[in-house]
Amino acid sequence: MWYFVSPEVVFGPDSAIRLSQLQGKSAFIVTDANIVKLGLVDLVKGLLSQAGIESTIFDGVEPDPSIETVRKGAALMSEYGPDWVVAVGGGSVMDAAKAMRVEYERPDMTIEEVFSWTSGLGLGAKSRLICIPTTSGTGAEATWMIVLSDTAERRKLGLGCRETIPDIAIVDPAFAMAMPPGLTAQTGMDVLTHAIEGFTSTWRNDISDGLCLRAIQLVFQYLPRACRDGQDMEAREKMHNAACIAGMGFGNSMPALAHAAGHSLGAVFHVPHGRAVGLFLPYSIEFIGEAHDELWAEIAHSIRLEMPKEAKAGPALARAIRGLASSIKEPLSIKEIGIPPDSFENSLEKLVDNAFADATLIMAARVPSTEEVEKLFRYAYDGTSIDF
Amino acid sequence: MGIKYWTDEWAKAVCRECNTSQAYKEAAKKWEGDMYFVTEPEGPVKERLVVYMDLWHGECRSACRITDESEKSPAYRLSAPYGVWKQILEKKLDAVQAMMTGRLNVKGDMAQIMGMPRAAIELTNCTLLIDTEFPD
Ligand SMILES: NC(=O)c1ccc[n+]([C@@H]2O[C@H](COP(=O)([O-])OP(=O)(O)OC[C@H]3O[C@@H](n4cnc5c(N)ncnc54)[C@H](O)[C@@H]3O)[C@@H](O)[C@H]2O)c1
Ligand SMILES: [Fe+2]
Repeated sequence: MWYFVSPEVVFGPDSAIRLSQLQGKSAFIVTDANIVKLGLVDLVKGLLSQAGIESTIFDGVEPDPSIETVRKGAALMSEYGPDWVVAVGGGSVMDAAKAMRVEYERPDMTIEEVFSWTSGLGLGAKSRLICIPTTSGTGAEATWMIVLSDTAERRKLGLGCRETIPDIAIVDPAFAMAMPPGLTAQTGMDVLTHAIEGFTSTWRNDISDGLCLRAIQLVFQYLPRACRDGQDMEAREKMHNAACIAGMGFGNSMPALAHAAGHSLGAVFHVPHGRAVGLFLPYSIEFIGEAHDELWAEIAHSIRLEMPKEAKAGPALARAIRGLASSIKEPLSIKEIGIPPDSFENSLEKLVDNAFADATLIMAARVPSTEEVEKLFRYAYDGTSIDF
Repeated sequence: MGIKYWTDEWAKAVCRECNTSQAYKEAAKKWEGDMYFVTEPEGPVKERLVVYMDLWHGECRSACRITDESEKSPAYRLSAPYGVWKQILEKKLDAVQAMMTGRLNVKGDMAQIMGMPRAAIELTNCTLLIDTEFPD
């Protein structure tokens, strides 16, 4: 017995028009100041008003949003009493909006009480949630997961349950056009990490497998193009779709080791999410190694990876990912991110503790011990391939 | 001959495995909280079976079969019908997936469980080391 959950997905150029077809009175738009500056929020407001829906804006979501931000937004949302919640932004904005909406619908609860196995929240009594991604990365528009930062503890919290899935995802590439190459690259690596981890996690399943594989193909084919030329409409559209497809995939099968390590690195050193998880992806493939020989081979085959006949697909895939990452100027080691050796050493215990406490850790086909997690961080710091 | 499912002897055997497992010790080193594991009647199991385990900082301090559930007030209660526990013990079903599909019911401080995912796996691994004799 298992579930596959997904929002209604409206995708492709002009899909934002869906907003002008909504029914309702008022919308609470959750976003951040950058997105407002880009004019994307005005666009959304305009389309909503065509539907006769008035709206208000909360633009205070920071990258890797904190519980405090959620609380602030939820209070304003409750005051306004919308029947639509519309998130316009990257994963940070979408996760914050999902969390705020839970507290708006259920003032008797806090978001920290919503775990993967929570049920009976009864969301939807007051509002419906629309997510419009502006990065082609997290796929958060199509997942129920909510990642928030516990700033005091310097760690990330994985919250949410099946019921926190958005009602509608609008995957319109126009919203991603303004991404600079660095953001395109790092969020693109997040897509690849979702797809590969979703395809190989212990909860992988027939329904999510195909989605993950297709997303992997799209990333190898279109991410370099989207980074090279942000105006390449086709590449933008394909990457925007890939992010959502990967979200539907891994969201129903879970991410794994690269996310456990990446969440930890991100929380301690403020490395952007996609960069952090993408960095760990090849190391985690090497670590899991033989346990998934067949699956690595399936991925290698699906992207037509050329390799010598007798070669193992796992290491070849890890090499191909490093090749892709360096071609789009993403770091291959923690050192390359610019974290000095002494800060790294001083934080190593915290890094290991965080990764070990991350719920995604146990989704890996080979679950590391604390000693192995520490070793993995050291190897990733130096840029050494995993040999243990 | 295996050890009969959910008996006092079985509980104590799991407890011993936990105490000899380095992996469990490490994964659960911060765990605090005793537990009831409840088998709800189903198929060959005709009555509620309750096993108690006192798990503390990577150690199992005691374990036994409970006949009167009001005897203790443990921090956690995990309950599921017999068929679900059997699948978990045979590693055919992931315990968290069982929770997410509403087949394994858990009461207690969820944040602690979420923060120690590997402890749950290692605890299950300890039960796998025992030759459990199922009633069917
Ligand atoms: N819920 C999930 O399923 C899920 C999955 C993966 C990651 N996450 C979470 O999502 C967050 C990361 O999200 P993200 O990678 O999308 O980045 P982000 O939302 O943190 O945004 C990063 C920066 O990019 C800016 N930005 C966004 N869109 C832009 C655009 N079109 N043009 C220019 N600038 C733009 C933002 O203003 C922000 O400053 C993390 O907190 C991560 O943990 C959630
Ligand atoms: Fe991610």
